[in-house]
Amino acid sequence: MGIKTIRATFLVGLVALVAACTSPLDSGNAVDLNGSGTAGSASDPTSIAFFQEKVGDRVLFAVDQANLSAEAMSILDAQATWLTQNPEYSAVIEGHADEQGTTDYNLALGARRANAAREFLVSRGVAGDRVKVVSYGKERPIEVCSEESCYARNRRAVTVLSGALTG
Amino acid sequence: MKWVLFVFAALLTLWTGAATAQSNGPLRIEITEGVIEPLPLAVPDFVPSGSSANEYARNLSRVIAADLAGTGLFREVPASAHISTVTDFGAPIKFADWKAINAQALITGAVSVSGGKATVQFRVWDVFSGAELGNGLQFAGPVEGWRRMAHKVADQVYARITGEDPYFDSRVVFVSESGPKNDRRKRLAVMDYDGANLQYLTDSSAIVLAPRFSPSGDRVLYTSYESGFPRIYVLDIGKVTRRVLESSDGIMSFAPRFAPDGKTVVFSLSQGGNTDLYMMDINTGSRKRLTSAPSIETAPSYSPDGKQIVFESDRSGTQQLYIMSAGGGEARRISFGKGRYGTPVWSPRGDMIAFTKQAGNRFHIGVMRTDGGEERLLTASFLDESPTWSPNGRVIMFSRETQGANGRSSLYSVDISGRNLRPVSTPEGGSDPSWSPLQR
Repeated sequence: MGIKTIRATFLVGLVALVAACTSPLDSGNAVDLNGSGTAGSASDPTSIAFFQEKVGDRVLFAVDQANLSAEAMSILDAQATWLTQNPEYSAVIEGHADEQGTTDYNLALGARRANAAREFLVSRGVAGDRVKVVSYGKERPIEVCSEESCYARNRRAVTVLSGALTG
Repeated sequence: MKWVLFVFAALLTLWTGAATAQSNGPLRIEITEGVIEPLPLAVPDFVPSGSSANEYARNLSRVIAADLAGTGLFREVPASAHISTVTDFGAPIKFADWKAINAQALITGAVSVSGGKATVQFRVWDVFSGAELGNGLQFAGPVEGWRRMAHKVADQVYARITGEDPYFDSRVVFVSESGPKNDRRKRLAVMDYDGANLQYLTDSSAIVLAPRFSPSGDRVLYTSYESGFPRIYVLDIGKVTRRVLESSDGIMSFAPRFAPDGKTVVFSLSQGGNTDLYMMDINTGSRKRLTSAPSIETAPSYSPDGKQIVFESDRSGTQQLYIMSAGGGEARRISFGKGRYGTPVWSPRGDMIAFTKQAGNRFHIGVMRTDGGEERLLTASFLDESPTWSPNGRVIMFSRETQGANGRSSLYSVDISGRNLRPVSTPEGGSDPSWSPLQR
């Protein structure tokens, strides 16, 4: 069982690597901002799909804020637990802002949000070198309306997994 | 591109004595904050020398008229109203015919094309006093650069009539945008200030942001996600080659801008969630930290003398504008109105700061003095941002994003008086413009 799981994980990692290599200049857009793509089945508790659907891959923020709500901390707690149990994965936390605000400021705000999520994971025992951060500012909204219902979902930090890079 | 420019010797002699009188004559626009009645202007087709010059003769006059009318300071009297036609550049002007249609300024010109080179001559006439304004001039250059010659003629006319430095022979680098909001594609493009001669500088495979011209207009700083992380790059416009300036692991860099020396870059560096300002020697790559606060410090812009930097910070709790020495140290806050202030840009004249202001649910482009006084909002919309100054400091170009699911970003320009708001035509959407210095 253990061996089978590791092999499956390795395959997932390999797929991710190949996808990244086919478009080396495309990394800004190649990242699936809704998560890590359809990697594995949610019925496999070690899969990326499980992480996205059952653990929850994102936390949301209030307007112009980067502090973590109680709900966000509970999701990040679950993420930390899962990451501890699945050490072959590493993560990039993507910080995002809604469209209210200037480009530069939103980049800095997205960095604050991503870092807030990262520091929480590290404080819960996830090794720092497994978690990177990137800010997209307001460049990659998932919702397009100009109303709070959309803004609320765009103000997010998304934990995007990739297979462990061995060696 | 080398330009040949010489003054007709005879005209120079003839008009030297009249220069003072002319400057106080009726053909003069004082650019003030008051309402301006545009000056009526006639630009008949230039006189072609030989059939190979025909198309250029008409196109030159059209570009010149568009430049001048586009300022809002001039109004073109259309050709359909003209009584006279100009068929001989050297023949006397029939001032009565131009007076009759109330054209106060008249521009006549001639163009010849030979061996891939175009030669353009022009004169500016004060119709009501029946005299020439300034001296006839001649430009020569490669024929494919005919639009630049037209801009140079218009620059001369603008400078003579307003007494201001001109801005038409200039370029704009910006982010060309396509696709819906949740799948926006961005690539760098450069074009003439009026949207002509557009050239793409990058593809849209990675997000690109906020290009900024070097003081000499030969290079562009920008931010790209091509590594997966936002990093600052410098791009040579002529060769269309680029290199990364900051590539340390775990660091994001953005919002770069050149110092007036063209060798130093100021930018934002984000590490551990904190964003501060740094400067870098572009040749050696050595960098110096300018701010160290837990707040956000970004959007830096040098004063024209290179001695100070204006930037935005939320150290007070909200985004506000600050000025500090170019070497760092204490900063003084200059914005105190209601709302959030960002993206400050120092004017080329040194006396004003353009900014983006967010108040309520509206965004504004505004200007204030460097001491924070005389704040003036020039625009209002759902989302205006990214102001950039024309080379003469009279006009601001910026980007405007429309509201809603089909929101689209495009470029606009506005006079610093708040008048003459105009869209700038681009093939796709546009954002983050940066206006070049006047070309040489």
